[in-house]
Amino acid sequence: MSNDSSQSPPDRRPLIAFAWLWVGAPLVYGLYELVLKAKQLFTG
Amino acid sequence: MSPPVAPPAWSRWLVPPAALSVHLSIGQAYAWSVFKPPLESSLNLSGTQSALPFQLAIVMLGLSAAFGGTLVERNGPRWAMTVALVCFSSGFLISALGAETKQFWLIVLGYGFVGGIGLGIGYISPVSTLIKWFPDRPGMATGIAIMGFGGGALIASPWSAQMLKSFGSDNTGIAQSFLVLGLSYAVFMTLGVLLVRVPRTEGPKGEDKDEAKDAANAPSVLSGVQVSANSAVRTPQFWCLWVVLCMNVTAGIGILEKAAPMITDFFADTSTPVTVSAAAGFVALLSAANMAGRIGWSSTSDLIGRKNIYRVYLGVGAVMYALIALFGDSSKPLFILCALVILSFYGGGFATVPAYLKDLFGTYQVGAIHGRLLTAWSLAGVLGPLIVNWIADHQKDAGKHGASLYNTSFIIMIGLLVIGFVANELVRPVNARHHIPAPREAADVERQQSESA
Repeated sequence: MSNDSSQSPPDRRPLIAFAWLWVGAPLVYGLYELVLKAKQLFTG
Repeated sequence: MSPPVAPPAWSRWLVPPAALSVHLSIGQAYAWSVFKPPLESSLNLSGTQSALPFQLAIVMLGLSAAFGGTLVERNGPRWAMTVALVCFSSGFLISALGAETKQFWLIVLGYGFVGGIGLGIGYISPVSTLIKWFPDRPGMATGIAIMGFGGGALIASPWSAQMLKSFGSDNTGIAQSFLVLGLSYAVFMTLGVLLVRVPRTEGPKGEDKDEAKDAANAPSVLSGVQVSANSAVRTPQFWCLWVVLCMNVTAGIGILEKAAPMITDFFADTSTPVTVSAAAGFVALLSAANMAGRIGWSSTSDLIGRKNIYRVYLGVGAVMYALIALFGDSSKPLFILCALVILSFYGGGFATVPAYLKDLFGTYQVGAIHGRLLTAWSLAGVLGPLIVNWIADHQKDAGKHGASLYNTSFIIMIGLLVIGFVANELVRPVNARHHIPAPREAADVERQQSESA
């Protein structure tokens, strides 16, 4: 009965943050480059 | 390899980044055009020849997704992501060798054949798992992953151009770029291989409030109607959806394929002609609409239903084409707006279809069914550009110019969208004789989990 409370599951939040940052950072770079290019439609 | 079953309290929010790490990588395929001019000049190739690795890769994507789907279902997402990683990355390494030694056939073999298998297996690898983790929001979940496929080119395109600038555009520079891409994608995709888990049959048990809330919504792995992949392809529902996807993709590619020359031709005779750089900006904006449609419309389908969202894609899509055909050359904002909406529906159609399949056939072998449905993409990939290019060339030969080069194509696209609309209307729930008996599903899942324990 008592060992259930002593074995709390690991906190996944740091791993979730790392995983989303891993995929989010290159995506933000791609979106930034896209915005620069798309601006040419209005300025070019 | 047995499917990796999630430990208790595993968060389902770890699965979308796992899927994204694969889809953002394989989405590089759409950035192949960056390598075309340097390949042509350094290996003395024609434009048709330099397109060959990409074309073979897309053919292999369709074939491996169609024929590898059952293997993906049997062996699980980690096996599939590992195969995708090995094939996609080694495809680049083989191509690097080909570029360095000036053996173009090695680039075709590496990027097209080996890499193409990685594309197909990678594309379907997370779909089934995501739907099982997010039974309450399958459209959103698959939308995130499939948005990644659209986003992959946004990353790879400027990155590859930058590498070619740094390493040089000769064969050695191309080889070095391929080498960096192959190794980087291997590292990037490793996250997906390590993180992906299939849900436990009883569902995760969250300890804190958020996890508990997630757990309440999350996976009841096999509930409702379940149909195997072999049975699904014998149902009219599968073929109706096949037509729906094919028509929607053909209509989108019709614009995407010739976006830059199209906007230039449309406004060539006006007081405000479109410059080359503005046309490039238009293409970039279409890519953004394509990507936004994948996550936006697919998530909306969770709220309004799959059949309704396809009514919008196909019905409103036809209206948009009609507006371009009738008034497109008189108003630039109207032309741009209609094209953006059509491209958002194109992306939405791709991203929503796995959830539609789940609604009709259940989660049992949804990845394999999705793989088989992607053959519609292969046909549309040929059909869309063929219609628009063939008609534009013939109109040009007939002495026409401007918007009239494309009006016949647009009328054909409207017809195709109407066919798709009718096919969507014909979709009904699958007949019970195709359903899998419940004990068999349960036994299959039990077997998978005991194997992995």
